[in-house]
Amino acid sequence: MKKTIRNAGKVGTLKEALSRIHDQSILMYGGFGGVGNPPTLIQGIYEKGVKELTLIGNDAGFPEIGIGKLVSRRRAKKLIASHIGSNPAAGQLMATGEMDVEFSPQGILAERIRAGGVGIEGILTDIGLGSMVEEGKQKVTVNEKEFLLELPLKADVSIVHAKKADIYGNLIYDKSARNTNPLVAMAGEFTIAEADEIVGPGELDPECIVTPGVFVDLVIPSEGVNWKWAWE
Amino acid sequence: MGVGVDVRNQIARRAANEIKDGMIVNLGIGIPSLVSNHIPEEIHVMFHAENGILGMGESPEKGFEDEMLCNAGGFPVTLVPGASYFDSATAFGIIRSGYLDITILGGLEVDEQGDLANWIVPGKRVPGIGGAMELANKAKKVIVVMNHINKNGDPKILKKCSLPLTAKKCVNLIITDMAVIEVTEEGLLLKEVMSPYTVKEVLENTEAELQVSDDLAIFI
Repeated sequence: MKKTIRNAGKVGTLKEALSRIHDQSILMYGGFGGVGNPPTLIQGIYEKGVKELTLIGNDAGFPEIGIGKLVSRRRAKKLIASHIGSNPAAGQLMATGEMDVEFSPQGILAERIRAGGVGIEGILTDIGLGSMVEEGKQKVTVNEKEFLLELPLKADVSIVHAKKADIYGNLIYDKSARNTNPLVAMAGEFTIAEADEIVGPGELDPECIVTPGVFVDLVIPSEGVNWKWAWE
Repeated sequence: MGVGVDVRNQIARRAANEIKDGMIVNLGIGIPSLVSNHIPEEIHVMFHAENGILGMGESPEKGFEDEMLCNAGGFPVTLVPGASYFDSATAFGIIRSGYLDITILGGLEVDEQGDLANWIVPGKRVPGIGGAMELANKAKKVIVVMNHINKNGDPKILKKCSLPLTAKKCVNLIITDMAVIEVTEEGLLLKEVMSPYTVKEVLENTEAELQVSDDLAIFI
Protein backbone atom coordinates (compact mmCIF):
# COMPACT_ATOMS: atom_id res chain seq x y z
CA MET A 1 0.00 0.00 0.00
CA LYS A 2 1.44 3.34 -1.01
CA LYS A 3 -0.05 6.38 0.61
CA THR A 4 0.26 9.97 -0.34
CA ILE A 5 1.14 11.65 2.89
CA ARG A 6 0.90 15.33 3.43
CA ASN A 7 2.01 16.54 6.81
CA ALA A 8 -0.50 19.28 7.27
CA GLY A 9 -3.33 21.02 5.52
CA LYS A 10 -5.45 17.90 5.36
CA VAL A 11 -8.66 19.79 5.91
CA GLY A 12 -10.95 19.70 2.89
CA THR A 13 -14.53 19.58 1.74
CA LEU A 14 -17.25 16.98 1.42
CA LYS A 15 -16.98 17.40 -2.35
CA GLU A 16 -13.28 16.46 -2.25
CA ALA A 17 -14.14 13.50 -0.08
CA LEU A 18 -16.87 12.28 -2.42
CA SER A 19 -14.53 12.56 -5.43
CA ARG A 20 -12.70 9.58 -3.92
CA ILE A 21 -15.76 7.32 -3.67
CA HIS A 22 -17.12 5.66 -6.80
CA ASP A 23 -19.39 2.86 -7.96
CA GLN A 24 -17.81 -0.47 -6.95
CA SER A 25 -15.44 1.10 -4.43
CA ILE A 26 -14.43 -1.00 -1.45
CA LEU A 27 -15.61 1.24 1.38
CA MET A 28 -14.84 0.59 5.04
CA TYR A 29 -16.74 2.46 7.73
CA GLY A 30 -16.28 2.98 11.44
CA GLY A 31 -19.16 2.60 13.86
CA PHE A 32 -21.14 0.14 15.89
CA GLY A 33 -24.96 0.04 15.71
CA GLY A 34 -24.90 3.43 14.01
CA VAL A 35 -22.89 5.04 16.82
CA GLY A 36 -19.68 6.33 15.25
CA ASN A 37 -20.88 5.96 11.66
CA PRO A 38 -19.88 9.21 9.89
CA PRO A 39 -23.22 10.88 9.11
CA THR A 40 -22.15 13.63 6.71
CA LEU A 41 -20.08 11.30 4.52
CA ILE A 42 -22.83 8.66 4.42
CA GLN A 43 -25.43 11.26 3.44
CA GLY A 44 -23.06 12.58 0.77
CA ILE A 45 -22.45 9.11 -0.65
CA TYR A 46 -26.19 8.51 -0.66
CA GLU A 47 -26.94 11.78 -2.48
CA LYS A 48 -24.14 11.23 -5.00
CA GLY A 49 -25.90 8.01 -6.01
CA VAL A 50 -22.88 5.75 -5.57
CA LYS A 51 -23.80 2.09 -6.04
CA GLU A 52 -22.43 -1.46 -6.15
CA LEU A 53 -20.24 -0.75 -3.15
CA THR A 54 -18.44 -3.40 -1.19
CA LEU A 55 -19.01 -2.32 2.40
CA ILE A 56 -16.84 -3.49 5.28
CA GLY A 57 -17.83 -2.68 8.85
CA ASN A 58 -19.12 -4.05 12.12
CA ASP A 59 -22.82 -4.18 11.26
CA ALA A 60 -25.54 -3.00 8.88
CA GLY A 61 -26.82 -0.23 11.17
CA PHE A 62 -30.58 0.27 11.27
CA PRO A 63 -32.66 0.86 8.10
CA GLU A 64 -32.55 4.66 8.43
CA ILE A 65 -29.57 4.98 10.78
CA GLY A 66 -25.94 5.31 9.79
CA ILE A 67 -24.55 2.96 7.17
CA GLY A 68 -27.96 1.24 7.20
CA LYS A 69 -29.27 3.85 4.79
CA LEU A 70 -26.81 2.78 2.05
CA VAL A 71 -27.70 -0.87 2.69
CA SER A 72 -31.48 -0.46 2.72
CA ARG A 73 -31.36 1.72 -0.43
CA ARG A 74 -29.52 -1.07 -2.29
CA ARG A 75 -26.20 0.70 -2.75
CA ALA A 76 -24.09 -2.30 -1.73
CA LYS A 77 -23.43 -5.45 -3.73
CA LYS A 78 -21.45 -6.98 -0.89
CA LEU A 79 -21.23 -6.53 2.85
CA ILE A 80 -18.56 -7.93 5.15
CA ALA A 81 -19.84 -7.58 8.73
CA SER A 82 -20.39 -9.43 11.97
CA HIS A 83 -24.06 -8.67 12.46
CA ILE A 84 -27.05 -7.51 10.39
CA GLY A 85 -29.87 -8.21 12.85
CA SER A 86 -30.72 -4.56 13.47
CA ASN A 87 -31.35 -3.91 9.77
CA PRO A 88 -34.09 -6.19 8.36
CA ALA A 89 -33.44 -4.79 4.87
CA ALA A 90 -29.98 -6.38 4.96
CA GLY A 91 -31.50 -9.76 5.74
CA GLN A 92 -33.99 -9.42 2.88
CA LEU A 93 -31.33 -8.39 0.35
CA MET A 94 -29.20 -11.31 1.49
CA ALA A 95 -32.13 -13.74 1.13
CA THR A 96 -32.96 -12.55 -2.39
CA GLY A 97 -29.29 -12.67 -3.40
CA GLU A 98 -29.19 -8.95 -4.21
CA MET A 99 -26.43 -8.44 -1.67
CA ASP A 100 -23.72 -10.92 -0.79
CA VAL A 101 -23.05 -11.03 2.96
CA GLU A 102 -19.89 -12.44 4.50
CA PHE A 103 -19.97 -12.87 8.27
CA SER A 104 -16.94 -12.67 10.50
CA PRO A 105 -17.02 -13.04 14.29
CA GLN A 106 -17.06 -9.51 15.69
CA GLY A 107 -13.65 -9.43 17.35
CA ILE A 108 -12.05 -11.30 14.47
CA LEU A 109 -13.51 -8.77 12.06
CA ALA A 110 -12.03 -5.97 14.17
CA GLU A 111 -8.68 -7.75 14.23
CA ARG A 112 -8.75 -8.40 10.45
CA ILE A 113 -9.37 -4.68 9.88
CA ARG A 114 -6.57 -3.84 12.29
CA ALA A 115 -4.28 -6.31 10.50
CA GLY A 116 -5.12 -4.65 7.20
CA GLY A 117 -4.10 -1.32 8.64
CA VAL A 118 -0.87 -2.33 10.36
CA GLY A 119 0.79 -4.52 7.76
CA ILE A 120 0.01 -7.95 9.20
CA GLU A 121 -0.77 -10.59 6.60
CA GLY A 122 -2.84 -13.00 8.69
CA ILE A 123 -4.16 -13.85 12.12
CA LEU A 124 -4.31 -17.27 13.75
CA THR A 125 -7.33 -17.91 15.97
CA ASP A 126 -9.37 -20.74 17.44
CA ILE A 127 -12.56 -18.65 17.20
CA GLY A 128 -14.88 -20.19 14.62
CA LEU A 129 -13.30 -23.65 14.60
CA GLY A 130 -16.03 -26.28 14.30
CA SER A 131 -18.54 -23.71 13.03
CA MET A 132 -19.65 -22.44 9.62
CA VAL A 133 -17.00 -19.74 9.94
CA GLU A 134 -14.22 -22.21 9.16
CA GLU A 135 -15.62 -23.09 5.72
CA GLY A 136 -13.12 -22.35 2.96
CA LYS A 137 -10.43 -21.16 5.36
CA GLN A 138 -6.93 -22.53 5.68
CA LYS A 139 -6.09 -24.29 8.94
CA VAL A 140 -2.67 -23.96 10.50
CA THR A 141 -1.22 -26.16 13.24
CA VAL A 142 1.03 -24.50 15.80
CA ASN A 143 2.38 -26.41 18.82
CA GLU A 144 0.01 -29.27 17.96
CA LYS A 145 -3.02 -26.98 18.17
CA GLU A 146 -5.21 -26.16 15.22
CA PHE A 147 -6.07 -22.60 14.25
CA LEU A 148 -7.91 -20.81 11.47
CA LEU A 149 -5.97 -18.42 9.29
CA GLU A 150 -7.96 -15.20 9.01
CA LEU A 151 -6.87 -12.74 6.36
CA PRO A 152 -6.55 -8.96 6.66
CA LEU A 153 -9.14 -6.54 5.31
CA LYS A 154 -8.28 -3.35 3.47
CA ALA A 155 -10.35 -0.77 1.64
CA ASP A 156 -10.05 1.71 -1.21
CA VAL A 157 -11.54 4.30 1.12
CA SER A 158 -12.11 4.29 4.87
CA ILE A 159 -14.57 6.72 6.47
CA VAL A 160 -14.61 7.52 10.19
CA HIS A 161 -16.32 9.88 12.63
CA ALA A 162 -14.12 11.74 15.11
CA LYS A 163 -14.97 14.15 17.87
CA LYS A 164 -11.93 16.31 17.20
CA ALA A 165 -9.34 16.45 14.45
CA ASP A 166 -6.42 18.76 13.88
CA ILE A 167 -5.03 19.88 10.54
CA TYR A 168 -2.54 17.00 10.62
CA GLY A 169 -5.35 14.47 10.73
CA ASN A 170 -4.73 13.48 14.35
CA LEU A 171 -8.01 12.20 15.77
CA ILE A 172 -9.76 11.73 19.07
CA TYR A 173 -13.15 10.10 19.35
CA ASP A 174 -16.32 10.57 21.37
CA LYS A 175 -16.85 8.01 24.16
CA SER A 176 -18.24 4.71 22.83
CA ALA A 177 -18.34 6.15 19.30
CA ARG A 178 -14.64 5.22 19.20
CA ASN A 179 -15.48 1.50 18.71
CA THR A 180 -14.11 0.37 15.31
CA ASN A 181 -13.16 3.86 14.09
CA PRO A 182 -9.44 3.79 15.03
CA LEU A 183 -9.08 0.39 13.33
CA VAL A 184 -10.95 1.42 10.20
CA ALA A 185 -8.93 4.64 10.01
CA MET A 186 -5.75 2.58 9.58
CA ALA A 187 -7.07 0.18 6.92
CA GLY A 188 -7.98 2.56 4.11
CA GLU A 189 -5.85 3.24 1.05
CA PHE A 190 -7.40 6.69 1.44
CA THR A 191 -8.88 7.59 4.82
CA ILE A 192 -11.41 10.34 5.33
CA ALA A 193 -12.34 11.56 8.80
CA GLU A 194 -15.31 13.77 9.46
CA ALA A 195 -14.91 15.62 12.72
CA ASP A 196 -17.31 17.49 14.97
CA GLU A 197 -14.54 20.00 15.62
CA ILE A 198 -11.37 20.80 13.67
CA VAL A 199 -8.58 22.52 15.59
CA GLY A 200 -5.26 24.10 14.78
CA PRO A 201 -1.74 22.73 15.23
CA GLY A 202 -0.79 21.86 18.80
CA GLU A 203 -4.31 22.13 20.14
CA LEU A 204 -4.75 18.40 20.66
CA ASP A 205 -2.83 16.95 23.60
CA PRO A 206 -0.45 14.36 22.07
CA GLU A 207 -1.14 12.11 25.09
CA CYS A 208 -4.81 11.97 24.11
CA ILE A 209 -4.58 11.38 20.36
CA VAL A 210 -6.03 7.98 19.47
CA THR A 211 -5.36 7.92 15.72
CA PRO A 212 -2.07 9.49 14.60
CA GLY A 213 -2.62 11.74 11.60
CA VAL A 214 -0.31 9.67 9.43
CA PHE A 215 -3.22 7.31 8.79
CA VAL A 216 -5.62 10.08 7.76
CA ASP A 217 -5.62 11.69 4.31
CA LEU A 218 -8.53 14.10 4.49
CA VAL A 219 -10.47 15.78 7.28
CA ILE A 220 -13.86 17.35 6.70
CA PRO A 221 -16.26 19.07 9.08
CA SER A 222 -19.18 16.97 10.31
CA GLU A 223 -22.71 18.29 10.16
CA GLY A 224 -23.65 15.91 12.96
CA VAL A 225 -26.06 13.04 13.21
CA ASN A 226 -29.00 13.50 10.83
CA TRP A 227 -31.08 10.49 11.87
CA LYS A 228 -33.38 9.61 14.74
CA TRP A 229 -31.99 6.93 17.06
CA ALA A 230 -33.95 3.74 17.77
CA TRP A 231 -34.26 4.77 21.44
CA GLU A 232 -35.56 8.30 20.72
CA MET B 1 -43.91 -17.53 21.75
CA GLY B 2 -42.65 -14.36 23.35
CA VAL B 3 -42.88 -14.28 27.10
CA GLY B 4 -44.26 -11.31 29.02
CA VAL B 5 -42.34 -8.64 30.87
CA ASP B 6 -42.85 -10.32 34.26
CA VAL B 7 -41.46 -13.62 33.03
CA ARG B 8 -38.54 -11.93 31.28
CA ASN B 9 -37.74 -10.20 34.54
CA GLN B 10 -38.08 -13.44 36.50
CA ILE B 11 -35.45 -15.01 34.22
CA ALA B 12 -33.24 -11.91 34.52
CA ARG B 13 -33.62 -11.86 38.33
CA ARG B 14 -32.50 -15.48 38.55
CA ALA B 15 -29.53 -14.84 36.26
CA ALA B 16 -28.53 -11.86 38.40
CA ASN B 17 -28.08 -14.25 41.37
CA GLU B 18 -25.07 -15.75 39.58
CA ILE B 19 -23.23 -12.43 39.57
CA LYS B 20 -20.91 -11.87 42.54
CA ASP B 21 -19.07 -8.84 43.85
CA GLY B 22 -16.04 -7.83 41.78
CA MET B 23 -16.95 -9.71 38.63
CA ILE B 24 -16.47 -8.59 35.03
CA VAL B 25 -19.64 -9.39 33.12
CA ASN B 26 -20.90 -9.10 29.55
CA LEU B 27 -24.65 -9.06 28.89
CA GLY B 28 -26.13 -9.88 25.49
CA ILE B 29 -29.10 -8.21 23.83
CA GLY B 30 -32.70 -9.04 24.84
CA ILE B 31 -33.45 -10.73 28.17
CA PRO B 32 -29.73 -10.64 29.17
CA SER B 33 -29.78 -6.85 29.04
CA LEU B 34 -32.40 -6.84 31.83
CA VAL B 35 -30.08 -8.62 34.26
CA SER B 36 -28.29 -5.45 35.38
CA ASN B 37 -31.58 -4.10 36.78
CA HIS B 38 -31.65 -6.93 39.34
CA ILE B 39 -28.22 -6.67 40.93
CA PRO B 40 -28.21 -5.55 44.58
CA GLU B 41 -26.55 -2.19 45.27
CA GLU B 42 -23.78 -3.70 47.41
CA ILE B 43 -22.59 -5.89 44.53
CA HIS B 44 -20.06 -4.01 42.39
CA VAL B 45 -19.74 -5.29 38.87
CA MET B 46 -17.81 -4.00 35.85
CA PHE B 47 -20.09 -4.46 32.85
CA HIS B 48 -18.23 -4.93 29.57
CA ALA B 49 -19.51 -3.97 26.13
CA GLU B 50 -18.15 -5.28 22.83
CA ASN B 51 -18.09 -1.84 21.23
CA GLY B 52 -15.51 -0.70 23.77
CA ILE B 53 -16.62 0.08 27.32
CA LEU B 54 -15.67 -1.45 30.64
CA GLY B 55 -17.76 -0.12 33.50
CA MET B 56 -21.24 0.55 32.16
CA GLY B 57 -23.79 1.86 34.64
CA GLU B 58 -27.55 2.15 34.60
CA SER B 59 -29.63 3.44 31.72
CA PRO B 60 -29.81 7.25 31.82
CA GLU B 61 -33.05 8.98 32.68
CA LYS B 62 -35.11 10.06 29.74
CA GLY B 63 -33.80 13.35 28.43
CA PHE B 64 -30.29 12.70 29.77
CA GLU B 65 -29.14 10.26 27.09
CA ASP B 66 -25.79 10.80 25.37
CA GLU B 67 -26.03 9.52 21.80
CA MET B 68 -22.29 8.80 21.78
CA LEU B 69 -22.42 6.66 24.93
CA CYS B 70 -24.24 3.46 24.07
CA ASN B 71 -24.02 -0.27 24.73
CA ALA B 72 -23.40 -2.89 22.04
CA GLY B 73 -27.12 -2.89 21.23
CA GLY B 74 -27.03 0.81 20.44
CA PHE B 75 -28.92 1.95 23.55
CA PRO B 76 -27.75 4.76 25.83
CA VAL B 77 -25.93 3.85 29.04
CA THR B 78 -24.00 5.65 31.78
CA LEU B 79 -20.63 4.92 33.37
CA VAL B 80 -19.55 3.89 36.85
CA PRO B 81 -16.37 5.21 38.52
CA GLY B 82 -13.34 3.42 37.10
CA ALA B 83 -14.88 2.98 33.67
CA SER B 84 -12.84 3.15 30.47
CA TYR B 85 -13.31 3.44 26.71
CA PHE B 86 -11.27 1.55 24.12
CA ASP B 87 -11.58 0.35 20.54
CA SER B 88 -13.44 -2.83 19.56
CA ALA B 89 -10.23 -4.82 18.98
CA THR B 90 -9.25 -4.19 22.61
CA ALA B 91 -12.80 -5.04 23.72
CA PHE B 92 -12.38 -8.47 22.17
CA GLY B 93 -8.84 -8.78 23.45
CA ILE B 94 -10.40 -8.62 26.92
CA ILE B 95 -12.84 -11.38 25.96
CA ARG B 96 -10.37 -13.73 24.23
CA SER B 97 -7.80 -13.38 27.00
CA GLY B 98 -10.34 -14.74 29.47
CA TYR B 99 -11.03 -11.72 31.67
CA LEU B 100 -14.81 -12.12 31.60
CA ASP B 101 -16.13 -13.94 34.65
CA ILE B 102 -19.60 -14.35 33.20
CA THR B 103 -21.32 -13.80 29.88
CA ILE B 104 -25.09 -14.03 29.65
CA LEU B 105 -26.35 -14.79 26.16
CA GLY B 106 -29.62 -15.56 24.43
CA GLY B 107 -30.05 -18.92 22.71
CA LEU B 108 -31.95 -20.61 19.90
CA GLU B 109 -30.86 -24.13 20.92
CA VAL B 110 -28.71 -25.69 23.63
CA ASP B 111 -27.93 -29.39 23.84
CA GLU B 112 -26.79 -32.05 26.29
CA GLN B 113 -23.14 -31.43 25.49
CA GLY B 114 -23.48 -27.74 26.25
CA ASP B 115 -23.29 -26.81 22.56
CA LEU B 116 -24.94 -23.49 21.74
CA ALA B 117 -26.67 -22.31 18.57
CA ASN B 118 -27.74 -18.69 18.54
CA TRP B 119 -26.73 -16.87 15.38
CA ILE B 120 -28.47 -18.25 12.31
CA VAL B 121 -31.59 -20.07 11.16
CA PRO B 122 -30.50 -20.91 7.61
CA GLY B 123 -32.91 -19.60 5.00
CA LYS B 124 -35.04 -17.87 7.61
CA ARG B 125 -33.37 -15.58 10.07
CA VAL B 126 -29.77 -14.49 9.85
CA PRO B 127 -29.00 -11.90 12.49
CA GLY B 128 -25.29 -12.71 12.32
CA ILE B 129 -22.61 -13.77 14.71
CA GLY B 130 -21.85 -10.53 16.50
CA GLY B 131 -19.64 -11.20 19.49
CA ALA B 132 -21.32 -14.48 20.43
CA MET B 133 -18.59 -16.86 19.24
CA GLU B 134 -15.87 -15.14 21.22
CA LEU B 135 -18.05 -14.68 24.29
CA ALA B 136 -19.30 -18.28 24.28
CA ASN B 137 -15.82 -19.74 23.73
CA LYS B 138 -13.82 -17.57 26.11
CA ALA B 139 -15.86 -16.37 29.09
CA LYS B 140 -15.17 -18.30 32.32
CA LYS B 141 -18.87 -18.98 32.78
CA VAL B 142 -21.48 -18.98 30.01
CA ILE B 143 -25.11 -18.58 31.01
CA VAL B 144 -27.83 -18.92 28.39
CA VAL B 145 -31.17 -17.28 29.14
CA MET B 146 -34.06 -18.06 26.82
CA ASN B 147 -37.63 -19.27 26.54
CA HIS B 148 -37.89 -22.97 27.27
CA ILE B 149 -39.77 -23.67 24.03
CA ASN B 150 -39.83 -21.89 20.67
CA LYS B 151 -42.79 -20.14 19.11
CA ASN B 152 -44.00 -23.42 17.58
CA GLY B 153 -44.05 -24.96 21.05
CA ASP B 154 -41.01 -27.15 20.36
CA PRO B 155 -38.26 -27.70 22.92
CA LYS B 156 -35.10 -25.60 22.59
CA ILE B 157 -33.07 -27.81 24.93
CA LEU B 158 -32.17 -30.74 22.73
CA LYS B 159 -30.19 -33.97 22.62
CA LYS B 160 -28.19 -32.45 19.77
CA CYS B 161 -28.42 -28.94 18.31
CA SER B 162 -29.80 -28.91 14.76
CA LEU B 163 -28.90 -25.32 13.87
CA PRO B 164 -25.35 -24.22 12.96
CA LEU B 165 -23.34 -23.90 16.16
CA THR B 166 -22.02 -20.77 17.77
CA ALA B 167 -19.66 -22.77 19.99
CA LYS B 168 -19.23 -26.34 21.20
CA LYS B 169 -19.26 -27.42 24.85
CA CYS B 170 -19.47 -23.87 26.08
CA VAL B 171 -22.67 -23.50 28.13
CA ASN B 172 -22.47 -23.86 31.92
CA LEU B 173 -25.98 -22.88 32.99
CA ILE B 174 -29.36 -22.57 31.23
CA ILE B 175 -32.05 -20.34 32.73
CA THR B 176 -35.50 -20.38 31.12
CA ASP B 177 -39.04 -19.38 32.02
CA MET B 178 -39.48 -22.97 33.29
CA ALA B 179 -36.23 -24.14 34.78
CA VAL B 180 -32.61 -23.67 35.83
CA ILE B 181 -30.44 -26.38 34.32
CA GLU B 182 -26.74 -26.98 34.87
CA VAL B 183 -24.56 -28.54 32.19
CA THR B 184 -22.37 -31.15 33.90
CA GLU B 185 -19.90 -33.79 32.69
CA GLU B 186 -22.69 -36.34 33.16
CA GLY B 187 -25.29 -34.37 31.22
CA LEU B 188 -28.00 -31.89 32.10
CA LEU B 189 -29.05 -31.47 35.71
CA LEU B 190 -32.38 -29.87 36.59
CA LYS B 191 -31.57 -27.75 39.66
CA GLU B 192 -34.56 -25.45 39.96
CA VAL B 193 -38.08 -25.24 38.64
CA MET B 194 -39.43 -21.75 37.96
CA SER B 195 -42.74 -20.99 39.61
CA PRO B 196 -45.50 -21.86 38.63
CA TYR B 197 -44.22 -24.84 36.60
CA THR B 198 -43.87 -28.45 37.76
CA VAL B 199 -41.04 -30.93 37.17
CA LYS B 200 -43.41 -32.89 34.94
CA GLU B 201 -44.03 -29.85 32.74
CA VAL B 202 -40.30 -29.15 32.48
CA LEU B 203 -39.57 -32.74 31.46
CA GLU B 204 -42.40 -32.74 28.91
CA ASN B 205 -41.02 -29.61 27.28
CA THR B 206 -37.38 -30.70 27.17
CA GLU B 207 -36.06 -33.03 24.49
CA ALA B 208 -32.69 -33.55 26.16
CA GLU B 209 -32.35 -36.04 28.98
CA LEU B 210 -32.64 -34.29 32.34
CA GLN B 211 -31.46 -35.63 35.64
CA VAL B 212 -33.37 -34.13 38.54
CA SER B 213 -31.19 -32.74 41.34
CA ASP B 214 -31.57 -34.29 44.81
CA ASP B 215 -31.99 -30.85 46.29
CA LEU B 216 -34.34 -29.46 43.65
CA ALA B 217 -35.49 -25.94 44.46
CA ILE B 218 -38.33 -23.74 43.31
CA PHE B 219 -37.53 -20.20 42.12
CA ILE B 220 -40.37 -17.76 42.61
